[in-house]
Amino acid sequence: MTTTRRTFLKTGAALTAMPFIHTLPAMAAGRDTLVAVTAQTINSLDLHRTGTNRASYAVAINCYDRLVTFGTKEAPGGGLSYDYSTIEPELAESWEISEDGLTLTFTLKDALFQDGSPVTAEDVKWSFDRAVSVGGFPTTQMKAGGLERPDQFEARDAKTFVVKLDRPSKLSLPDLAVPVPFIINSKLALEHATAEDPWAMEYLHKNTIGSGAFKVIRWDAGQQVVYERFDGWAGGPLPAVSRVIMREVPSASTQRALIERGDVQVAFGIPDKDAAELAEKMTVYSTPIENCINCLCMNTNFEPFQDPNVRKAVAYAVPYEAIFQAAAYGRGAPTWGGTAEIEDTAWPRKSPYDTDLDKAKDLMAASGFPEGFSTTLSISTDLSSWMEPAALLIQEAVAKIGIETQIEKIPGANWRTASLVEKKLPFHLENFGGWLNTPDYYFFWAYQKDHLFNSSNYYNEEVERLTDETLHMAMDDPDYAPKIKRMFEIVFEDLPRVPLWQPALNTAVNGAAGYEFWFHRQLDIRTLSPAGA
Amino acid sequence: MPARLKAVSVRLAQAVPVIFGVIVISFLLTRALPGDPAVQFAGPAATAESIEEVRRALGLDKSLPEQFLLYLGQLARGDLGQSVSTGQPVLSELAARLPASLELTLFALILSCAVAIPLGVLAATRPGSLVDQLCRILVTAGVSLPTFFTGVVLIYVFYYLLGIAPSPLGRLDFIYLDPPHVTGFFLIDAALDGDAETWFAALKQLILPGLTLALFTLAPIARMTRAAMLSALSADYIRTARAAGLDRNKILYGYAFRNALLPVVTTLGMVFSFTLGANVLVEKVFAWPGIGSYAVEALVVSDYAAVQGFVLAMALLFVLLNLVIDLAYSAIDPRFGTSAR
Repeated sequence: MTTTRRTFLKTGAALTAMPFIHTLPAMAAGRDTLVAVTAQTINSLDLHRTGTNRASYAVAINCYDRLVTFGTKEAPGGGLSYDYSTIEPELAESWEISEDGLTLTFTLKDALFQDGSPVTAEDVKWSFDRAVSVGGFPTTQMKAGGLERPDQFEARDAKTFVVKLDRPSKLSLPDLAVPVPFIINSKLALEHATAEDPWAMEYLHKNTIGSGAFKVIRWDAGQQVVYERFDGWAGGPLPAVSRVIMREVPSASTQRALIERGDVQVAFGIPDKDAAELAEKMTVYSTPIENCINCLCMNTNFEPFQDPNVRKAVAYAVPYEAIFQAAAYGRGAPTWGGTAEIEDTAWPRKSPYDTDLDKAKDLMAASGFPEGFSTTLSISTDLSSWMEPAALLIQEAVAKIGIETQIEKIPGANWRTASLVEKKLPFHLENFGGWLNTPDYYFFWAYQKDHLFNSSNYYNEEVERLTDETLHMAMDDPDYAPKIKRMFEIVFEDLPRVPLWQPALNTAVNGAAGYEFWFHRQLDIRTLSPAGA
Repeated sequence: MPARLKAVSVRLAQAVPVIFGVIVISFLLTRALPGDPAVQFAGPAATAESIEEVRRALGLDKSLPEQFLLYLGQLARGDLGQSVSTGQPVLSELAARLPASLELTLFALILSCAVAIPLGVLAATRPGSLVDQLCRILVTAGVSLPTFFTGVVLIYVFYYLLGIAPSPLGRLDFIYLDPPHVTGFFLIDAALDGDAETWFAALKQLILPGLTLALFTLAPIARMTRAAMLSALSADYIRTARAAGLDRNKILYGYAFRNALLPVVTTLGMVFSFTLGANVLVEKVFAWPGIGSYAVEALVVSDYAAVQGFVLAMALLFVLLNLVIDLAYSAIDPRFGTSAR
């Protein structure tokens, strides 16, 4: 970072007066600076780097542009949300999709990078090449949209960029609006590239060189990120605030004290409990996370759970409402007690199950395990805020139908290894959420054999086939809805995952407006403004 | 002096095999963790293929002996490796975080010694008195209140209700900038820079977490001072001194207290080490960028380089600490010749 102590103090007019004031009251923060707190820590300014964590995606969102972005809609539960169904321009002025759906031609806006050089199709190509070449998560996410190799991308002239697909897919265009394919100033990056580091990973790790609405002027690892507005931003309406300080505060109670006092304006991603209590005092947005479900999973590699009656008995035994209140404080959306008839393709949706102990007991009696059995119920310590209360209630409920469970808590990296990769946990909780908001995309990750989030080792031939068929199919195709409904029917019958509820992302604001929920679950600071502005 | 110098260098030489052992054990233990870092760092959507790519990128596809040799080579060059979870070189992170933890711990210890030692002495000279009861209450409270609880209560009262404490946002409020890095101790660096504004700001941030930790460390120090003073005061040489009609203060501070200091210094060393390790919760509550939370987070996500770096830094620190304590012994009690050990 080139910001020195002196230039930093000189730049923000609002800040220069500050060192003589002991604390920064909400109003004195000026209409120019917002302070947000979050428990998450950023570990890189470059999303493409190996090991970059979720919190760091915020940098890619706020400091870089993509070709396209999603529109905005009213969110359920108040506030705004991104709108998966409308794609809007960001760096691309317009685009055309060829008749066969295989060629996407983008015309770029007259945009500038933050160093003043123009954004060209060459930069877009270099950035896309980088995303599909570096391996790991960015490459995997690009593949979801059918973007796999550099030869699919072509810079036709300075303003025209072409993507060639191997097959038409409804996921390709939305996949260009996720944080991964962000556009980098390739000339500047190449100046810092070396033979061992052709993609300038080291330089981008610590510098933001995009055309986005903000640039990072200061990053104190483990403490804060300071964003400053780029006044030449072409990707959208100029943000209302010139500076945003994203401060890392791990303790939820400290975050609460700060937001209640008004010393910070946004508390992002707070626990459900605090959201429920703060909602009485200030605006709290609790947006159900699209395409995300907290599930109780039964591993089909374990004998008792191979019995369909056992799985159904468990689904009828689960005390859904009690869990929703105790573990989520009523934040989010219920996913139980739906109709048996499936009439639309909405997902997440209410399963046809509800708490019915008598039915559960009958099903157990009819199963191969009328005497019950014992097993372990595994949860992650990182997610214990919701998994622990949910697990305790489930433990108590399934004991009534003869299933003795021991709760096993597994920490951090061990959890991912045991549950998702080795898939060796018989009975556990899981919470996959798909970025691309279509049911088939959820099924691809959570119900198809050997895919990461299929922690139940579920395999059903028909689901495999239907998922493959619908994954790239247009949603208005007449075949789409019947196939999707059939997939819902099968998994609700087979029940490898019992949906518990759709969790919410909670954000409290005190002195700020314009909060918008995004599928990537990071704070988009571009739409924020001081309250009342 | 030469004798002491020799003793110090012998002690340091003795530490070499210990440090090597620590390197080997920390390397093996991190690898024995059941969590797979390649899985952890493969991002929210991963396939078997992308996990393998991450494994290669992290150098974890190599055999264990190979990894160990690479690690030793790195260490020889003074490189502790790169932490994946924080994205920073381990060395620079330790250099930033260790002083933060040390500053907090030392501040808390000075605070608690300033209260606990006089309190212990007074309690011992007047057993059963009001001061003794007060000492007992403080000691019991200090032991029984968990630090995160004390921390949250202090924030609630002094920041939330009264508004006299600054925002619990780590070492400095966001309106200030870190003083130029010399020692990493903000109080010292700001003083060296002649920046009174920042110095006071840093001090204010220290007070609540410092108090929290001081309350916690008060108990063992006060109790040990009281007990050591009691046994010293009942010793024969004190009776003799009294019989000889020596000045009361001379007896109390010249003879009894000096002899009682030895166990107190031992306790102090122990308290220092467990405080440094145990202030993770205080760090979390006050958003303090210290070493405890760094280590715990690294351990949870199987971030090998960070865990190994932390263990190594701690081992070095404790070798130094034990040395300092031994030197303090011989300064307090000349009978503890340094040449013998």
